[in-house]
Amino acid sequence: MTTPTAVALEDAKVAFRLGDGRVYTAVEKAHLAVAQGEFVAIVGPTGCGKSTLLNVAAGLLKPAAGSVRIFDQPLAGLNRDAGYLFQADALFPWKTALDNVAIGLEIKGTPRSEALPRAQQWLTSVGLGAFANRYPHMLSGGQRKRVALAQVLIRDPKILLMDEPFGPLDAQTRQVMGNLLLDLWNADRKAVLFVTHDLEEAIALADRVVIMSAGPSSRIIGDWRVSLPRPRDIFEVRLDKEFHSLHREIWSVLKDEVMKGYEQSTHAKETV
Amino acid sequence: MSRPTLLALQVLVAVVCIVLWQVLSTVPVFGKILLPPFFFSNPFDVFSQIVKWFASGVIWKHLGITLAESILAFVIGSLGGVLVGFWFARQPLVAAVFDPYVKMVNALPRVVLAPIFALWLGLGIWSKVALGVTLVFFIVFFNVYQGVKEVSRTVLDNGRMLGMSERQLMQHVYWPSALSWMFSSLHTSVGFAVVGAVVGEYLGSAAGLGYLIQQAEGIFDVAGVFAGMFVLSAFVILIDFGVTLVERRLLVWRPTASDGRG
Repeated sequence: MTTPTAVALEDAKVAFRLGDGRVYTAVEKAHLAVAQGEFVAIVGPTGCGKSTLLNVAAGLLKPAAGSVRIFDQPLAGLNRDAGYLFQADALFPWKTALDNVAIGLEIKGTPRSEALPRAQQWLTSVGLGAFANRYPHMLSGGQRKRVALAQVLIRDPKILLMDEPFGPLDAQTRQVMGNLLLDLWNADRKAVLFVTHDLEEAIALADRVVIMSAGPSSRIIGDWRVSLPRPRDIFEVRLDKEFHSLHREIWSVLKDEVMKGYEQSTHAKETV
Repeated sequence: MSRPTLLALQVLVAVVCIVLWQVLSTVPVFGKILLPPFFFSNPFDVFSQIVKWFASGVIWKHLGITLAESILAFVIGSLGGVLVGFWFARQPLVAAVFDPYVKMVNALPRVVLAPIFALWLGLGIWSKVALGVTLVFFIVFFNVYQGVKEVSRTVLDNGRMLGMSERQLMQHVYWPSALSWMFSSLHTSVGFAVVGAVVGEYLGSAAGLGYLIQQAEGIFDVAGVFAGMFVLSAFVILIDFGVTLVERRLLVWRPTASDGRG
């Protein structure tokens, strides 16, 4: 018996209608499958539509063509099996860290008296046990990400969608957060779709790295398997020889796209 | 600057002003009194007037009436502003249709409505409450409208992805956001509630601080006018202080300006 694929995009095309009536195609013919328990990273130059693809998997965006299947079921509306970690701050600023985490359960109808202790446990497991009563603005960027991670994970989603979640953080904090993510993920191995522009981060975290071409009409142009042993430590894995050869191999493809994407974005600015 | 020094300087300003006022209105300079008592009274008379009001207890009735009018105007205006603000923000069509009328009514100086309200609602407290409501309503309305419209897209999407229903989004996202905007304008709206009450009283009433001032003016009792003004100022400062306390309690989650980490 084959296990169902957690996320399957088949020939997905995403297009937006621009203000002047033209249609902008962000992503074309995207074919992507994430197996259960698999950690897939999508890497691409800025503006290649990798976040767009993630939003399609989340059900926040409807594909213009093609299909989205979640556990072999066609996706209608929002993806209820998925937890989504946003790039920007998405915590509720008027709730304390504890309430922000507990809300994930309260929405489902869990009584508050039951949700709060579990939220406290989750805060502790992301290393913020002592910060339960802080409001988001009293936390650092990295701490806010930890709360956001706990907020998503407390619901125990089967799929984790992450949109450059550590993008706004400084280099060291990113690595610490990457290790935290791997530790938490190791416990129950959810299917993960992780979007980033950082190739090193992608290789260090993922089982598979998918490369997208520069937009518009970007496509998936490469798919590499990362066979580095698990559990991994992000600090250590970067010193691995296999890491380096893989990085060189993928970068040779990615580099051209990055340059193309860069030229397009500067060109677009000139014509505006 | 340390707190006591600041306080001392602040008191000094008041002392200098009062002394100057007292001296210039009683002692002739080059044979001429610069502040004729008929127009400017003097601090001593004003103070004794205030003492007389409080000693006889007559002031409490007027303060009570003005306070009641202000509170009613604030509560009714806020309630209306929140409801309509929410409605407009969630129904863009309604907002678009009513937009020119909202702007028109808001552009109208509210004082001109006072005679109408006096005609409709009589000289009792309700015509003053109505005037205050027209002032408070628009401040709260615009803020709530803004608050609901400007809910962060990410926070909203996050709520959706966490599985919130429309009703839960209302409760956990739109409502707190709108309230925070409303509370941030609390000082202004409370201030306007008092303005509405006092101006209404001044233009026609039988009680209240505005009435006291208007009565004193009617008999050229300048000391009375000044006394009324001082009591009114103290009254507003007290209310404002109360608002600050409420605000501190309700907006703890908000970053303050001095907090760099926004």
